[in-house]
Amino acid sequence: MSLTDLSLAAAREGLRRGDFTARELTEAHLTAIEALNPRLNAYVTVMADRALDQADAADAARSRGEDRPLLGLPLAIKDLFCTEGVRTTAASRILGPFVPPYESTVTANLLRDGAVFLGKANLDEFAMGSSNITSAFGPVENPWKRQGDPATVLVPGGSSGGSGAGVAARLALGATGTDTGGSIRQPASFCGIAGIKPTYGRCSRWGIVAFASSLDQAGPMARTVQDCAILLRSMAGHDPKDSTSIDRPVPDYEAACRRSVKGLRIGVPREYRAEGMPAEIERLWEQGLAWLRDAGAEIIEVSLPHTKYGLAAYYIVAPAEASSNLARYDGVRFGLRVEGEDLRDMYERTRAEGFGAEVRRRILIGTYVLSAGYYDAYYLRAQKVRALILRDFTEAFARVDALLTPTAPSAAFAQGEKMDDPVKMYLNDIFTVPASLAGVPGMSVPAGLDGDGLPLGLQVLGRPFDEETVFAVAAAIERAAGFEALPSLRAGA
Amino acid sequence: MALDPATVRRIVTLARIRLEDAEVPRIQSELNGIIGWIEQLNEVDIDGVEPLTGAAQMALKMRDDAVTDGGYPDKVLSNAPERAGPFYAVPKVVE
Repeated sequence: MSLTDLSLAAAREGLRRGDFTARELTEAHLTAIEALNPRLNAYVTVMADRALDQADAADAARSRGEDRPLLGLPLAIKDLFCTEGVRTTAASRILGPFVPPYESTVTANLLRDGAVFLGKANLDEFAMGSSNITSAFGPVENPWKRQGDPATVLVPGGSSGGSGAGVAARLALGATGTDTGGSIRQPASFCGIAGIKPTYGRCSRWGIVAFASSLDQAGPMARTVQDCAILLRSMAGHDPKDSTSIDRPVPDYEAACRRSVKGLRIGVPREYRAEGMPAEIERLWEQGLAWLRDAGAEIIEVSLPHTKYGLAAYYIVAPAEASSNLARYDGVRFGLRVEGEDLRDMYERTRAEGFGAEVRRRILIGTYVLSAGYYDAYYLRAQKVRALILRDFTEAFARVDALLTPTAPSAAFAQGEKMDDPVKMYLNDIFTVPASLAGVPGMSVPAGLDGDGLPLGLQVLGRPFDEETVFAVAAAIERAAGFEALPSLRAGA
Repeated sequence: MALDPATVRRIVTLARIRLEDAEVPRIQSELNGIIGWIEQLNEVDIDGVEPLTGAAQMALKMRDDAVTDGGYPDKVLSNAPERAGPFYAVPKVVE
């Protein structure tokens, strides 16, 4: 077995036993990146020298008898997390030249625990997208192929598409992602890996390039539920620099993965039976419920009546916040500047050239819904609908311990599909957006393949700050599913 | 509420994004497509509902009103496209 095929947990054990060194593990991943990244484009920046230095430091620490939770484990970092001294682009031209003089709290937590950073992973520009098509550094190729159709390039999902494709193709043991409306869960589903968006407030947002601040949340993506649990424990924790970060102890999520689901009440929200959803996704969902029933859980039908309005509310709230957050890109303090006739012309040219089409579109929508005369009709109404969506979840969680739904309404689609109409692309997030609006934790776990041999994920949603139950349920599905299919493009294949 | 070309012009001005006249019809049609779609929210009965401003299910913490960071202008200015000494430089604003 190649070192790149190990789970994060198995690599941790191998390092502890001295079966191999952090340098060997890191070199194996860098070799895989060199071979596959020119095609997959999962990384926009590879940090080979720095990674090897970090690996050597980890080996030296271990030889002194130190052990830390992630000591010597190589990861990919979504290029939305500021990394001190390493260019951080948000996959946008406007941040092309930006080198942060500080480290984000989440990545600082990972470094504190001994992680090795292989590079910065590609994403949709400013995390706005569901296919990684909007990146200024080009699209990411999903390492999975439709059976008998190796020529068609599929999208990895988005916005954390580089993280998803990179982990699936074994170019990292795990990765950081961020999720504003599904940006961890949907690419995890498309790439056949696991990923969790924790409760809003679990991970500090400090040093993460902001998209929609009331929704943005960091989380891990990895090939197993346990690996996500290991990573989240390091990423999470209170940070005085983010006033919305929660001051609560971070539980042992790994232990939660071993909890039984016996006696748990699992809700099935009837509104998630979307019109036109492929029958195989419906069947996989039924299968997931049967697995949990077999493991001793009780299945209960619940109603989340405002589900169908989640997307529309999201596409007011998120662009509104984005239009405000992205006002800082003005060509004055950092990033791109395009000279103009005067100050105002400089602003307008910088922003027209620096932002891609989807980002411009969302800034304009956000500007419109916040503008004088329209605020009440759009933004205030959307916030009230958001309150109703939270109320739906609160009422459901009074009756059940967790919810099970599909992660996305389809498997990975081809580059070029769903590109003609922005709204069609937005519909990808129909099952992930409500949990983002309510701030509750959600995890996608690979559960099966569709008729084309592409991975499909199931989504587990939990109560605020009860990621432990989410991990327990996701791990039970993972055990029952025995998902062992592999993408055709991967290291060593 | 369909956006007319004048509204599109007003929005791009507010957002400080340069838009060529030839692009106005395309942007207008894209924005109208999205706005038309989100108007489905008008079906929802929101009477008496308090708006939810954020997902944080917690009370915000208090802290001392004190300076706890700063004092490194070179770091702050390290990414400036143009600087003049310890200042950001911009095109001339006042004649």
